[in-house]
Amino acid sequence: MENNRSNVKNALLHGDLYTRLSAVVMGLGMIGHKQVIKGCMVLLCQLAFIFFMFDSGIHALLMMPSLGTRAQEKVWNEAKQIYEYIAGDNSQQILLAGVVTCFVIAAIIVLWIIQMRFSYKLQKELEEKGHVPTFKEDIRNLFDKNLHITLMTLPCLGILIFNIVPLVYMISMAFTTYSKEDEHLMLFDWCGLRQFSRVLNMKGNIGRQFWHVLGWTIVWAIFATFLNYILGMILAMVINRRDTKGKAFWRFCFILSIAVPQFVTLMIMNIMLQPSGAVNILLQNLGLISSPLPFWQNATWARITIIVINIWIGIPYTMLQITGILQNIPAELYEAAKMDGAGPVKIFFKITLPYMLFVTTPYLISSFVGNINNFGVIYLLSGGGPTYVGDTAGQTDLLVTWLYKLTIDQQYYNLGAVIGIMTFVILTIVTLITYRNSGSYKNEEAFM
Amino acid sequence: MNNELEKNKLSPRRRLVNFLVHLMLAVLAIIWVLPIFWIVLTSFRAEPGAYTSTFLPKGYTFNNYIKLFTDRNVLNFPKMFLNTLIIAIFCCIFSTFFVLSVSYSLSRMRFGFRKPYMNIAMILGLFPGFMAMVAQYFILKALGLTEGSAIRIGLIIVYSACTGLGFQIAKGFFDTIPRSIDEAAIIDGATQWQVFTRITMPLSKPIVIYTVMTSFIAPWVDFVFAKVICRANADQFTVAIGLWNMLQKEYIYQWYTCFAAGAVVISIPIAILFIYMQRFYVEGMAGAVKG
Repeated sequence: MENNRSNVKNALLHGDLYTRLSAVVMGLGMIGHKQVIKGCMVLLCQLAFIFFMFDSGIHALLMMPSLGTRAQEKVWNEAKQIYEYIAGDNSQQILLAGVVTCFVIAAIIVLWIIQMRFSYKLQKELEEKGHVPTFKEDIRNLFDKNLHITLMTLPCLGILIFNIVPLVYMISMAFTTYSKEDEHLMLFDWCGLRQFSRVLNMKGNIGRQFWHVLGWTIVWAIFATFLNYILGMILAMVINRRDTKGKAFWRFCFILSIAVPQFVTLMIMNIMLQPSGAVNILLQNLGLISSPLPFWQNATWARITIIVINIWIGIPYTMLQITGILQNIPAELYEAAKMDGAGPVKIFFKITLPYMLFVTTPYLISSFVGNINNFGVIYLLSGGGPTYVGDTAGQTDLLVTWLYKLTIDQQYYNLGAVIGIMTFVILTIVTLITYRNSGSYKNEEAFM
Repeated sequence: MNNELEKNKLSPRRRLVNFLVHLMLAVLAIIWVLPIFWIVLTSFRAEPGAYTSTFLPKGYTFNNYIKLFTDRNVLNFPKMFLNTLIIAIFCCIFSTFFVLSVSYSLSRMRFGFRKPYMNIAMILGLFPGFMAMVAQYFILKALGLTEGSAIRIGLIIVYSACTGLGFQIAKGFFDTIPRSIDEAAIIDGATQWQVFTRITMPLSKPIVIYTVMTSFIAPWVDFVFAKVICRANADQFTVAIGLWNMLQKEYIYQWYTCFAAGAVVISIPIAILFIYMQRFYVEGMAGAVKG
């Protein structure tokens, strides 16, 4: 960073006329140093930026502090004898325009810094070598030593426009009153951290639900991650045993269940476990139970059912992912343990598990993150239910499914955004702590 | 256990263990395959309705499949199928290009933005996907991509725009290709672009196929994004929303067996692709963890 600043500073202090002028008219440094086409392109960007700012950018920025004030009005039209609606301000659009404008300004600042440094570099090259790359050479370089620019530009733009901008936009919503409450769907204001304190306050209705949902989310993520991990590993080992016949067949059976799209299996499971679904019918026909089991109607039942079904879904995945890694465990370790007379259980807990934990910590972290954000399983299985009267969150809702309900179903956009941010904060903390304490971070390659 | 004698003649105890292991695997396999078996049965069931009093169907028919592909009045499944196919094809082209370009750049090129990019990707992965999704809808709306057939373009963008973040598996694979091959080619006068297209790509067929297939499958199995972006535009629905709708209260009695048929129709090609792909997946995982 230090280097960058000094470069721009150098360009301003020691640059020639063209370089210095390009601080005001962008691209002039390139045009003056024999890179006319590139310079013109940069200049065009600047002109487009100026046009954009005067056309809508300045207006968008000025509207940002108030987020719009005019409400929609109903006016009696004497001539037509009807009420006419006069459109008011739409805060949501104003906020979006403001966020986009901020990004455009940031982009032009980055471009300014780059072109300043570049102009100075060109000037130096001209002074020292008397030659700068022609436009043709530049294009050729884009397919050679600068290939990464060609390859990465589009993907990066995609991520910027459809991931980073939306995230910033959504995060900014957390600080507003944008929600169905008090009819703030068209017009809303900034309200600072009020929504955060509402969510974190254990005594309020929303806060009580938040801590409840958070607790279940963490319990769920721990169960879902570790049960799947250990059971999947055991399954993989059992299939990989030397004496197990028909390995390919067993593997096929389990893989079949994940080859079917997940939303299909989840919806089927939901139907099968209804009070009059196939499972209850089967159990009743066999005479094992007299009345249907409340798989989705009782909170505890629903939670256990979800965890069990997730095991059903997750084990084959773990098996698939771990098979390859299991085979990498050094065989000498096992032989040494057998010599010492260790049984299979002891070998598993003393060798296999520690080794796997060591190697697969990053995988475990990502699957923990995946489980905290596991929308599909909960939404399609229980829909977050059973839900108590007066609550927006059901008993099996995770933070993500609650977020979905709050934003899409209930239109409490600000609370949804706060919950999204809280999820991110929790995940960051969990990731950092586990990653920092994991063996594979502390010292790589030090197992044994 | 490595004893030669034991190998030839199993001791009774080991025979018992083997028997128990196979028995356990059989029971587990049944548990895992049963729901799939049941849905296939349901798709051929003659009597309508989601809930029947018997586990096995009373009569069998092929009509559910016929209805699924011919009834265009209530839920237009053929149209949904076509929508999804179009989206999947475009999505496949863009995502494959994005994923492979990013993975290759990160694996082979060295540039200042490389580490920051990988860190940013990790941080973005910690945000719940929906947070971006709600705002993505507003952005698409501002661009006019949430009405009529523009929804398709919107969905293609949503599915492929951020795929540059999912580079881990492909990068892990590229990392395993020896760099000396590239260097030799560069000494012989090849440009990086030629190395990428003529050397790395042919050597990475498994991962290319894997990427093509995963990105092709994504629109078929995604349900949430499609639902949020399509909202009530019934003629832009994708297959997943259609299937989900068949299970809603107003349709479930008439359409449940058709849902099963639809699920089978969608699952068969995806299952085949998946089973074909799994070895690349296993290799990719092993590589990614090692790297």
